[in-house]
Formats: sequence, structure tokens, C-alpha cells
Amino acid sequence: MNRFSRLLAILGALLPLSLFVLPMWRIDLLAPQYPPPGLGIRIHIDRVEGAAQNDLENINNLNHYIGMKRIEPDSIPELDIMPWVVGILSALGVVVGLLGRRRLLMVWIGLMAIAGGIGLYDFYQWEYDYGHNLDPHAIIKIEGMDYQPPLIGTKVLLNFTATSLPDTGFYVMSLGVVLVAVSVGMSRSRKVSS
Amino acid sequence: MKNRLLSTMATLMFATVSLVIIGCSSGDDSSIGDTGDAASRAYVAPGKYDEFYNFVSGGFSGQLAVYGLPSGRLFRVIPVFSVDPEKAWGYSEETKPMLMTSHGFVPWDDFHHPELSMTDGVPDGKWIFGNANNTPRVARIDLAEFRTKEILEIPNSSGNHSSPFTTENSEYVVAGTRFSIPIPNEDVPIADREKFRGALSFIKVDKTTGHMELAFQLLVPGFDYDLAHAGKGPSHDWMFFSCYNSEKAASMQEINASQNDKDFIAAVNWKKCEEYVAQGRAKEMAATYAHNIFDDATQTARHTMKTSVKVLDASELSDIIYYMPTPKSPHGCDIDPSGEFIVGGGKLATVIPVMSYSKMIKAIEAKKFDKMIDNIPVLNYKECLAGEVQKPGLGPLHTEFDGNGYAYTSMFVSSEIVKWSLKDFSVVDRVPTYYSIGHLMIPGGDSKKPYGKYVVAYNKITKDRYLPTGPELTQSAQLFDISGDKMKLILDFPTIGEPHYAQAVPATLIKDKSKKIYPLAENKHPYMVKSEKETRVERKGNEVHVYGSAIRSHFKPDNIEGVRVGDKVFFHVTNLEQDWDVPHGFSIIGNNNSELLIMPGETLTVTWEPKRAGIHPFYCSDFCSALHQEMTGYVRVSPAGSNVPLSWNK
Repeated sequence: MNRFSRLLAILGALLPLSLFVLPMWRIDLLAPQYPPPGLGIRIHIDRVEGAAQNDLENINNLNHYIGMKRIEPDSIPELDIMPWVVGILSALGVVVGLLGRRRLLMVWIGLMAIAGGIGLYDFYQWEYDYGHNLDPHAIIKIEGMDYQPPLIGTKVLLNFTATSLPDTGFYVMSLGVVLVAVSVGMSRSRKVSS
Repeated sequence: MKNRLLSTMATLMFATVSLVIIGCSSGDDSSIGDTGDAASRAYVAPGKYDEFYNFVSGGFSGQLAVYGLPSGRLFRVIPVFSVDPEKAWGYSEETKPMLMTSHGFVPWDDFHHPELSMTDGVPDGKWIFGNANNTPRVARIDLAEFRTKEILEIPNSSGNHSSPFTTENSEYVVAGTRFSIPIPNEDVPIADREKFRGALSFIKVDKTTGHMELAFQLLVPGFDYDLAHAGKGPSHDWMFFSCYNSEKAASMQEINASQNDKDFIAAVNWKKCEEYVAQGRAKEMAATYAHNIFDDATQTARHTMKTSVKVLDASELSDIIYYMPTPKSPHGCDIDPSGEFIVGGGKLATVIPVMSYSKMIKAIEAKKFDKMIDNIPVLNYKECLAGEVQKPGLGPLHTEFDGNGYAYTSMFVSSEIVKWSLKDFSVVDRVPTYYSIGHLMIPGGDSKKPYGKYVVAYNKITKDRYLPTGPELTQSAQLFDISGDKMKLILDFPTIGEPHYAQAVPATLIKDKSKKIYPLAENKHPYMVKSEKETRVERKGNEVHVYGSAIRSHFKPDNIEGVRVGDKVFFHVTNLEQDWDVPHGFSIIGNNNSELLIMPGETLTVTWEPKRAGIHPFYCSDFCSALHQEMTGYVRVSPAGSNVPLSWNK
């Protein structure tokens, strides 16, 4: 691997660190009483917070009508684990980039994909739990209705339209993976031509 | 004989006006032009914002109304000088101190003139001041919250009419007395007018907090000080007050105060006054007046009584005040954007006199005085005159400016707005108003840089203009487009109370800093609760304090036992919401008091003295949520002397 593709790989492996600053995922809620920007949740690797200052509290307060559990970031252990996962994966990527081992970089991309897949599955599990595990004494009970937000996309939940999408941190991380993939691709074509 | 002639003339004049009124049927407004075009110019589509905030005094309602322009939609009525049971203004323990005066609790007043705080001669959107005409006071209203934050009583004053006009950087807000009285006030025969004096008060405003302090009062001859406006640019150091009744009539003012051919506009050099005060030339005089400030941290008003005031006596000091003769009982006193022209609105004058600031200064420097009144030089009318607007109409009152070289004067008697040129003082346009316009207002029209675009007429009489509502009819505002050469009537709408003066500014100056909630973390109210866990009931003798909370859709505590007849119950209710536009109400059966309307993060207290044993429900009076009807509770009241223990939430 030449100097450029190594640098590209190192840069790509560093980009997931942006998740320490940027949110990874976003859920936005619109309703007649909550016109745009509505209420929003921003999921970071280490915390869950409202899009605006009191949004999380206000969402929790509204959720008591349907008997949904309060979203308490302190009770979500993943928020303690994810910074380590991202940090270690990023460090591994940098080390492999320095070594310039193409095959190991491919393994790194695989690891990132697995981590991402596990993350999404875990996120789905939480959403399922919040959406289905409701207080039997809830104020509003509708037969057959659950309140699980969509994994990706938009879903109508009573008066709210919930939209769940990756946020900026996810895109920057993905760009990092793409850069590493480009680096891998570049070094292959170099090999063929030589 | 002369009196009789005058009253005959006045009768004839009013008879003519009545004929004009009868002759004009509604829908005959020649100034409207194409009605579809007019409608589109005043139309603001549902969900769209108005271009201007329009703050209109409520007059005898004592409150301040907030409309949008050009739509004329009423957004809010801000309680200022009158109690408002809807908002618990003057009823809650937190706001009762705001309406305290040296006369005790005063539940009503007459609010005439709103005036925006200014920086560099233009509105800065921080505060709006208001005057109480009856029990002399000045209020400051915060424009992030649209709430009254401070009220200062004015001593030695009686009828605070020429107020609360401010200097170019709101260094001072003024308060001139409409009724002169003995100073200090004492028991004298009313006919003993020589003992009566006027007081022109200058209130210092803190630039950051807005807090007001009565800096000094200027004691002047006992005329009736009517309106005022501050100088601008070159005339920055001066404040101009119109006055009538230079005859000092004590009875039948209608006739006896209308005898002199000219009364005055008093030009006061406030910079010089400031110097004299700094030099210690003001006398400290005993005076009792209230100063009420709303404390944001504790969300509670504090009432204190002041005991003295600094006084400058115009009869003993020179170079601070001059009288400019102005024809016939002047009312309006308005300064053009350049600060050069001072326009007097002589109620009974046949011309509109325009005085020149630069000529006034020359006359002062040349000491061209006609005479002295109590050591105050009276300047020569002709020496100060820039020009007269000839045949403007009848009963000129107030003048505003469009910033393009034109002035607009309201004509009460002939019921019209007259537009005239500041270049040659000639009338260029006139439109009828329906009917008997008092004040008029152009957005920024009394500032250094008028925004122009519209002039609004505030009318005293509406007669046949709207569907009749019995003997008591609404007053009205009429919106004219002044973007072209001709004024075009595009909208008229009813107002609350009686609109006097008004102010308007572009919405962009205010809307983005509007407060949405009160953060609970900043609430330092002594009886607040941070969460439902802290809610409780405590007894102190016969006082029962309920530390309550409200959140969608329940109160805590929601039932209380152990209250006895003879107790005084304090419901301190904190709205735990931190969400925009989610107020909660609180009301309890048979309360000889108001409801509470509590904004998110706010704590308010209402007292209740139950008179009967039994079960007493309370409920949320603001439809807060889908389960608002369930947001209720009960208080069990036991007979006096009963030993039912205090308990709650059971």
C-alpha cells in the first residue's frame, strides 16, 4: 500500500471518532400540537438527549398517557459500552492503516459492519421494549396497538408522526468506512497493474 | 360677553360636526378606493405573521393591548394598572404588591400613553413604558415576557398625563402633571390657585435592568402640563412639554382656561437639570410614593415606600426652562425626526404652529424674552416660529412623521387626518376618520427613523360604524396605507377600552426573543416545588400552606383533609411543565378571589378562606390536555375547632 492509501485508511479509521461529538441517530415527533420542529430525541454513543432543552422530559411526560416507560438514559448500559467499542475499533483501524495491511483493513470493515448490525439490532430491541412493554393501567389503551417507533422511516402513532433516521455522526462514520474501502480498492488496483 | 361668543362659536362648530357625521353613512368611504385591493393589503393569511407589533393603550381599561399590523388581530391584553382576575393580576400574592400606592391598593387606572424604550432615538424592543393618569404612576413592561415588571408612583403630581415619554437613549422617562396642586399638598381653598404648582418628573432608567428611579422633579408654575416629547439629534438635551390653562382657572376650565390666545410649550434642558442635581442644587423634599418591582428570581413583586425626592425649583434657578407661546390650549407636542421642528396641536387653534429648535436657541441666546413668569423666560412666538400650517381643519391634536418629509396631524373636531409637508407647511392630503380621532400612530413615527408604511387612527366615537351593542359602543382603530401620495383606508377594527396613544415596531425586533417557559431550575420562589415529591401541606396556626404542583393532567396534592372553617389556605401552585404553551389553571369553589393561570415553570399563590364545612372541589381552569376534565381535586373542610388531622393524596 502506498503512502496515500495508507493516509486515506488512517483518516477513514479516525472518522468514527466524530461520534463522540455528533449524534448517531435521531427520532423526530410531529403532532398538531407540536408543529415543526416538533419534539426530538438525539441518540449519541454515550447519551440520549432532547433535540431542544426540555424535549426528553416533555416526551416522557406525554408518554405517560400511553403507559410507556420513561426514557432514562442512566438505565441504558449500552451508553457506557458504545464509546469503548467506537474508540477501540477506531484505534484498531489506525494501527492497521499504519501497518498498511490491506487484508486486515478488510477485516476492519467487516468488524465495523458487524458492530453496526449489532447496534441496529440492539436499537430495535429497545424500541420494541418501549413500544410494547406498556403499563397495564395506561390512560389510553387501544386493542392491538403498539407504540414502537420505526427503525428507519416514518410511522404514525396516534396524533404523532414519528420519523427515525441516522444523524450526522452516523454519516461521518459511514464516510470513514467508505474511505477505508476506497483505500483497500486503490491498493488492489495498484497490485494488479504492477 | 366674550365668553358667550366663544361658547356660541363652539356650539356652532360641534353642530357642524354632527351634521357631517349624520351626512356620512357607512360604506361611503371615498378614501378606500378599490375594496378588493384594500382587503389584500390588510390581509395576513392564517398562520402567517404580521409585519408589526402594535401596542395600544387601553385607556380606562388600564391595560395594554397588543395587535398585529396590518391585520388588526388582537394577540394579547397585558394587565398593567387594573386588576385582571383572568390572569390573577392584583389577586395572586405575587402580584398584589404591584398595585400598591401611597393611597393603598388601587385596583384601576387610566392608561393613556405607551412609549417604547429607545437607543439612539429608535425603539430597541426591550421595554415599553406606560402612564397611569389617575393615580400618578409609570409602569415598565418587559417585551420578552409581555408582563409588567415595575410600577413607580410619582409624588407631587396629580394626573400623570404628559408621560411616559423618553429621551433618545431612555436616559429619562418623564412624568408631567396635568393637575397642579399645592406642593407639598395641603388643605387650602381651591380658589387659592397661587399656591398650586406643577411638577415635571424625570425618571432615570437603568440600561441593563430597566429599573426606574425618580431622579429629580422640576417645580414649575401651576399650569396643566399635557403632553411631551423629547428632542432628537441637535435638540437631544431638551424635553418639550405642552401646557394649557395658563389662566390658572380653578372652575369651569372649559371656558375659563380657554381665554388666553396662547398657552405654552415648555422647553426643559434636562442636561442642565442633571448638572444642577450633580452640583447639589436640588433640595431633598419629604414625599411618600410607592416603588413596586417584580423580582424574576422569586417570581414575586416587592412593594416599598420611598420617603424623599430631589426637587429643582424653576423659580430659583435659571437656564433650565423656557416657555414658547403656542396658540390655543396646545395638546400634542411632537418633534420631527430631524429634531428641528416642534409641532404644537392647539385644540382650539385655526393653524398648526411649527416651532424651530434652532430659532428657539437663537432667541434664548439673544435673550429675546417677552416677559418672565415666576423667573421663567417667555420667548417671542414669532422669533421661534418656523411656520404655520394654514387651514388644516378643526381641532388639531397629535402629529406623527413618516420619515419622508411629511407630517400627519389628527383633527378631532373635523374628524380627519391631515398630511402636510415639512418643507413648506402646506397641506397635501386629508382623509376622514370615523369618528373624532384622538391619537394617531405611524410605526416609529415619533422616533428618529420612522418605518412609515401605515398610519393608524385611534377614534373616540364609532356611532353607526359597527353592529350596535346597546348604548355602550366600542372605540376603533383605522389603518391607512401611506406608501403612496394619498392615504388609503384599508382596515378598521374595534379596540379594547379607549385607545389613546400607541406604538408599533417591526415584529423582527421582538418576536425571536420572546420567552417560552420559565426554567424550573431558575425558580427561587420560596413556596415552589421542584417535583411532585416535594408537594405537601403545612399548617402554621390558622394558615394552611399547600405546596402544590400541576402537570398534565393532575394536581399534587389532589385531595386535602384537615382544613377548618376559619383557616386561611394558601395554594402555592407550581406548574411543573417545561413545554411551550402549556399553562394550567387553578380555581376553587366559592373563592372570594380570582383563579390562577400558571405558566410553565411558574409558581403562583391564591388564598382561600372557606366559610362552610363540607367537601370543596378545585379544578384546572385552562383546557390543558385531553384529560383536563380529570384535573381536579377535593378539599375537606371541617368545622372550626375540629381535630381532623392534615392529610393529602389519600
